[in-house]
Amino acid sequence: MEMPIPSEMVLSRKSDIVARLRTVLPDDAVISEPSQTQAYECDALTAYRCAPMAVVLPRNTQQVSEVLRICSGLNVPVVPRGSGTSLAGGALPTADCVVLGVARMNGVLETNYDDRYIRVQSGRTNLSVTGAVEQNDFFYAPDPSSQLACAIAGNVAMNSGGAHCLKYGVTTNNLLGVTMVMMDGEIVEIGGSHLDASGLDLLGVICGSEGQLGVVTEATLRILHKPEGARPVLIGFDSNEVAGACVSDIIKAGVLPVAIEFMDRPCIEAVEDFAKAGYPDAEAVLIIEVEGSEAEITEQLEKITAIATRHNPVELRESKSSEESAAIWAGRKAAFGAMGRIADYMCLDGTIPVSELPLVLRRIGELSKQYGLKVANVFHAGDGNMHPLILFDANKPGDLELCEFMGADILKLCVEVGGCLTGEHGVGVEKRDLMMTQYNIADIETQLHVKDVFDPAWLLNAAKVFPLSTTKSRRAS
Amino acid sequence: MTPKDEQELAECVKDSSGTGRKLRIRGGGTRLALGNAVSYDDTISMDGFSGVSLYEPGALTLVAGAGTPLSEITETLRKSGQQLPFEPMDHRTLLNSVGEPTIGGVVACNISGPRRIQAGGCRDSLIGVRFVNGQGEAIKNGGRVMKNVTGYDLVKLMAGSFGSLGILTEVAFKVLPIPEVQSTITLHRADINTAVNAMSAALGSPFDVTGAAYLPAIKGADSKTVLRIEGFAKSVKYRADKLAEKVSGFGEVSIVRNDHDIWADIKNVKRLSGNSDAIWRVSVKPSDAPAFCAKLTQSCASAEMQLDWGGGLIWVRVPNDFDLRQSLNVAGHATIIRGDGFAAFHPQPSVLAKIEQRLRDKFDPVGVLNPGIMG
Repeated sequence: MEMPIPSEMVLSRKSDIVARLRTVLPDDAVISEPSQTQAYECDALTAYRCAPMAVVLPRNTQQVSEVLRICSGLNVPVVPRGSGTSLAGGALPTADCVVLGVARMNGVLETNYDDRYIRVQSGRTNLSVTGAVEQNDFFYAPDPSSQLACAIAGNVAMNSGGAHCLKYGVTTNNLLGVTMVMMDGEIVEIGGSHLDASGLDLLGVICGSEGQLGVVTEATLRILHKPEGARPVLIGFDSNEVAGACVSDIIKAGVLPVAIEFMDRPCIEAVEDFAKAGYPDAEAVLIIEVEGSEAEITEQLEKITAIATRHNPVELRESKSSEESAAIWAGRKAAFGAMGRIADYMCLDGTIPVSELPLVLRRIGELSKQYGLKVANVFHAGDGNMHPLILFDANKPGDLELCEFMGADILKLCVEVGGCLTGEHGVGVEKRDLMMTQYNIADIETQLHVKDVFDPAWLLNAAKVFPLSTTKSRRAS
Repeated sequence: MTPKDEQELAECVKDSSGTGRKLRIRGGGTRLALGNAVSYDDTISMDGFSGVSLYEPGALTLVAGAGTPLSEITETLRKSGQQLPFEPMDHRTLLNSVGEPTIGGVVACNISGPRRIQAGGCRDSLIGVRFVNGQGEAIKNGGRVMKNVTGYDLVKLMAGSFGSLGILTEVAFKVLPIPEVQSTITLHRADINTAVNAMSAALGSPFDVTGAAYLPAIKGADSKTVLRIEGFAKSVKYRADKLAEKVSGFGEVSIVRNDHDIWADIKNVKRLSGNSDAIWRVSVKPSDAPAFCAKLTQSCASAEMQLDWGGGLIWVRVPNDFDLRQSLNVAGHATIIRGDGFAAFHPQPSVLAKIEQRLRDKFDPVGVLNPGIMG
C-alpha cells in the first residue's frame, strides 16, 4: 500500500519541532524516542506499520489547541488517535507526523439526567461512558464490538455502529455536540445539549470524517434509560437463503428487534470449537434480541418464533434465563477471537441491501473457492452490515496480498448490488483506493471541498479516506 | 423552468452559473416562506422529479425523486404498514400556504415532528442523496443502505441546507413500521415547571415515549401535558399504565387510546396558527424551557406558546415587531417560521458563520442557488 513520501523538510527539523511541543506540554506528554514512538506505529489494522516522528498526549482542549497551532505553523502533518482500535488504519501514522493521542483526556465533564445527556472528554472509552451513568440505569447506545477499549474520539471520527444500532442508530444519531480544535488551533463549539443546532449541519459532516476536519476533544452524547429487560432467541436454518428470508419477513411484520445477528456455517463451526456455546449443526444461525418488560418480550418473541417456524428452522431456542441468554451471545461475541485462533483474518464491513443477502453470500462462497481462502460470515443482518472474515496465513508469502485482492472483490460486489464499502469501520487507508468504485471523481471532489474548508493546508490525517492521486496536489501545496 | 431529469437540471444550473442568473428552487411551494427572502431571476420547479423509484419493505428502505409529493410517499409506505419515522410537520396550517408538500422540501428544510425525540429527525432517517451543485454537476452521497460510513456524510449536510448547497434530485430513507396502536397519557392542569419535570421523568423512563408536549392553558381550556406511547397493543397497554402511574405523582392523569388528532395538531402547531402574528421556533435544552418562557412572558405579555420534544422545542407566537432573541436567556437558538421582521436564522458565532460561508462558496461558487436564504 502506498503512503506519501515523508517530508524531508519536516524530518530535518524534528528536534526543533519536539522542542516547541515541549514548551506547551509537560515532558511526559511528548514522546520522540524511536524506541517509544514505535508503540504508536499501527492501530488494529496491524498489517501496516510506520512509527511517527513524535507523539503528544495532551490533557485538555487548550493543550490540543496549542499543539495544533505549533504544527500548523511549522507545516507538520498530524494524525489524531483515539485508542488505536481502528480496523481500517484510520490512526496509521506517517513517518513525518505528530500523532496526537487523546487517551489522557478521559474525564466526565457533565452528566444531566433531566435532559438525558453526558459530556465527556473524547479519550474516554465507549463502555466507560455507560459506566458513568449505569448506577442510574442509563446507558450510551452505540456499542461497537471494541467498546471496552475504543474511545469516543474514534467513534465520532468513524461514526461507529454496533450490534444494537438497528433500534438505537449509530454514533451520529446519538451525538448532540462537540468541542473541536481546528488544524490552525482555533477551538470551535458545534451543536450543544439541545437537538438540531442552528445553521448547516456541521456536526453531521464532522461525525464520520475520520479525523480529517479537526480534533474532537469533548463530546455531548445522548443517554437513554435502560430497557426493563432483554432476551435473545437463537434460530438455526439449513440454508443462508432461508435465514435471509426470515430476517426480511420479521422486518416486514412490523417487529423491530434491537439486534439481528447472522452467522454462517464456517463461523458457527469455528465458534463451537472455541467457545462451546452449544450452537446447532446448521448452515446459518440468527440471534435475535428483543427488549422491554417481560410481557413485551413475550409478545415480540411470539411474533418472531411464529414467522421463523414458517421457515422450518432446524433449531429454535428461546432463552429461559440470564445464563441461557449469555450462552447464546457467548458464541457471537467470541466469533472474532475464535477466528483469530485458527488463522490470521481480515475483517471486512461492506453493507448491502438486505434483499441481496442470499446472492452476496453465494458469490462470496464462489470467491472463496476461486482464491482458495476460507471465509466466515458474521454480521448485523437487520441493517445489511456484513462482516466477512477472510482467513489467511500471514507467514505464507503472498497470502496477505491474495487476501486483500479477495477483500477488494467482495467490497466491489457490495457496491455492485447497491451497498457500500464500509458500514461502520471507516475507509482509513484500507479501503481508500476502492473509493472510486462507489463514487465518481465529482462526488469525491465535493467531499474534498469540505476538507479544503476545514483544513486548507491538508495537514490533518491527510493520507486517508481518498485515493492519494485525488489529493496529491492539495497535500503538496 | 421545469427540467425533466437530472441532466436537464444540470444544464439549467450550468447556464445560470455562467450568466449569474439567480435561481429559486421550488418543490410543492408550501414552505417557500421558510428562511430569508431569496432574490432570484428564475424559478426551478422540481415537478419533473416525481416518483418512488425503489421501495423494499423487507429492507426498510425507500428511494424517491425530490419532487415526489409527500402524500404519495406516505401512501406507498402505508400500504406495507410502514412510515417515515420522523413525522414531518405540515407547514400549510401555520403558513397558510397551498399546494402539495414534496419530500425534497422536507429534506431541504430538515422537517421533523414530535417523534424526533425518539426516532430522530429527518436528517437521521435520510441515508442517501443525489443533488446538482451550483456549477451544474450531479453529485451523489450516501446510498440506499442504512449503515454507510464510506467517505464524508454529506447526506446530513444537505438536510436542512435549504437548497443553498445544491438542488436535491433524489433522496433515500430508512423507514419504520407504523405502530399497531398508540396511547396518549395526559397530565391535567400542570404549570410549566411541573410539566417539564413530568416530561423529563417520562423521557427518562424505560417506557420508550415517542411524544412529549405541553399545551399551556388558554382561554377556556386548562393546560395539558401529553405523552405518547406506541407499539404493539399489549405492550402499549402495559407501558401506558406504568407511565401513567409514574406521572400521577405530578397531578391528575388520564389515558386515551389512538388520539391521532392531538398529535397532528401538535405536529402542525395548529393552536398558534390563528392570527397573522410572527411564529418563532426556539430550540433549548428541555430543563431551560421554564426559565426562558418566564422571561418571554415578562417581556411580551401576549406571547403564546406550545412546548414539544419534552420542552426542548418551543413554538412561540408574538407580535411581528417583537425581537424574541432579546429574551433568549439560555443556550439555544431561535428561528422565525412566520413573519419577516428579523433575520430568519439565529446569528452564528463568527467562526461557524465563516465555515458555512466557505462551504457555500465551494458548493455554489457563483451564488446562484437560493441566494441569501440562510443569510
